[in-house]
Amino acid sequence: MQWLELLSDYTFQNVVIGASLLGLISGPLGCFAVLRRQSLLGDAISHAALPGICLSFIITGSRDIGGIMIGSLATGSLAALIMLLLTRKSRLKTDAGLGVCLSLFFAVGIVLLTYIQGTSNAAQGGLEAFLFGQAAATLRSDLWVMGGVTLVTLSLLAAFWKQAKLVTFDAEYARTLGMPATAIEATLTAMVALAVVVGLQMVGVILMAAMIVAPAAAARQWSRHLGTMLAIAAGVGIVSGVSGATISTLSRGLATGPLIVLTATAIVLLSLALAPGRGLLWGIMKHYRQKAELQKRQLLYTLYKHPARPASRRLSLSARLTLALLKRQGYLTRSQGEADWGLTTTGQAKARQVVATFEEVAP
Amino acid sequence: MIAELLNSTALPIILVGAMVGIASSAVGTFLVLRGNSMLSDAISHSIVFGIVIVWILTKQQSGPVQLIGAALTGLLTVFLTEALANTKRVKQDAAIGLVFPALFSIGVLLLNIYAHDVHIDTHTVLLGEIGFVWLDTVELFGLPIPQALVSMSVMTLLNYAFIGLFYKELKLATFDPALAKTFGFMPTILFYVLLMLTSSTAVAAFDAVGAVLFIAFAIVPASAAYLLTDRLWMMFIFGALISIASSISGYFLAVHFNVSIGGMMAVMTGVFLILAFLGGPRYGLITQMLKRRRARQAPMEPPSLF
Repeated sequence: MQWLELLSDYTFQNVVIGASLLGLISGPLGCFAVLRRQSLLGDAISHAALPGICLSFIITGSRDIGGIMIGSLATGSLAALIMLLLTRKSRLKTDAGLGVCLSLFFAVGIVLLTYIQGTSNAAQGGLEAFLFGQAAATLRSDLWVMGGVTLVTLSLLAAFWKQAKLVTFDAEYARTLGMPATAIEATLTAMVALAVVVGLQMVGVILMAAMIVAPAAAARQWSRHLGTMLAIAAGVGIVSGVSGATISTLSRGLATGPLIVLTATAIVLLSLALAPGRGLLWGIMKHYRQKAELQKRQLLYTLYKHPARPASRRLSLSARLTLALLKRQGYLTRSQGEADWGLTTTGQAKARQVVATFEEVAP
Repeated sequence: MIAELLNSTALPIILVGAMVGIASSAVGTFLVLRGNSMLSDAISHSIVFGIVIVWILTKQQSGPVQLIGAALTGLLTVFLTEALANTKRVKQDAAIGLVFPALFSIGVLLLNIYAHDVHIDTHTVLLGEIGFVWLDTVELFGLPIPQALVSMSVMTLLNYAFIGLFYKELKLATFDPALAKTFGFMPTILFYVLLMLTSSTAVAAFDAVGAVLFIAFAIVPASAAYLLTDRLWMMFIFGALISIASSISGYFLAVHFNVSIGGMMAVMTGVFLILAFLGGPRYGLITQMLKRRRARQAPMEPPSLF
């Protein structure tokens, strides 16, 4: 009953739609950022959105989402450009360029924010919500703008799909084919700024970096294909966005951004551990399976090569287990009493194979 | 006379700002040179987590416990980042981008939950309250010294003591880690100590300038110094001078425009960086341009045969 009530709640509908849009755009674009090793550029761009938000507020005098998006897009892209300029034209490395842009743009943003607070405009109240996100403040009109940006960005991505893919994985090759690789790279970076812009209302400028990185990192675990990875990243983004926003709405007072980020982080951790193939647990299991297989072969080898060994020998636990396993599989018989193991006919055949491979490798 | 100066609001604020800059740019210099600048970003965000946890455990908002807690949080951040990157499933930069937002989020949520018990709110986390440092003073030598000034001075001393003691080792570990390792200088341990000092400095600076602006104080003066000189010890001096200049100019500009003092100080470090970027004696854009023009205009010397 309570859930039905919640679902028909106007604010809650807005929050869910907004969070889904956020996941839909930040997941796929984050994939490109992560694959191009520009994860932290997202961080810099999102911090650099703050002065844009403030500037647009100073110019338009309202916190209309369209103006704020244009402003933050402008300063976010400017930060990325200056980062490139600093690293190309001076001896500063990428990391220093990122740190410089991130902190300085944010500082300018803080200065502008306090300037706005000093002018005591009645409408300024909601500006600080952009620091940590305030999903509940989302309006239906905001959603239309966010949806429009998402739609345009994703269709642009679809149009340049082949080029974007090639530039991401092999920019040099793309250049030799005569593609405008630099322009495509710049477009992909600008699209990250677009994703940041959509997420401002939900997650806020500080944690938006995580929404770029986390869904992509999780999706990378589950797929080896760019298309699938993008789709999964979008899914992860939507799930974490919606669940984080829901928890935030249900418990008044908890900031939306951190909740969304923590949900996404949890999904990343699960994916890191469990994803088939690339998951850490799979790696561990594979390691032990191979270890057991090797021990099995070594035992068969020893029994084949040295059938007349001294009878009673202290065996390690793992050796005992492997012996028991081999017996169950029908390779071994335990002829008389305690410790005399012998090969069966199938065991003989198997052991000959093992000996052949061993001696082929190390004659 | 000194007491009078300390009682005014301007001097303590400027002193604290300068001290924040001097202490942070000392460790920042090594981060910039090693190419780990973004670790200051990660650490400055995740210490929010450390501060809240230490507060919940001990109910202390500043002091030595917080500094130690911060050092451990910094270590935890770097350790988690390395652990993630070592799984080979995510790249180093993505690992940084995963770890610090998570820790920061936990910190912010805990702040939300304990909001009515603790005075550090999310606003302070970001902006700091350098304008109010003169309110919180301790009596030292019969003078009211701001608490923040004391802790920042202690961190400055600690940082420079470490750098002074291990100057040779740090220098080699920064520019040639492999050789430093061969000599048994343990570059990894040196680096971890440096990161612990970075996070302690971040906590000490936290009340004054907040989490994000600390990055500006740590990275920007050091980067500007890097554009000005090739000598390590000169970098420290330039870093300190830029910090002092930004603190003074930032304070007066902030008062004039009635904006955030910490923010304005950080912006001023950026102004100095731009100046260094354009007019640096050897690597500046303008210098390079002039050099190129001179080379073009100078008559080409025919290669001498003898």
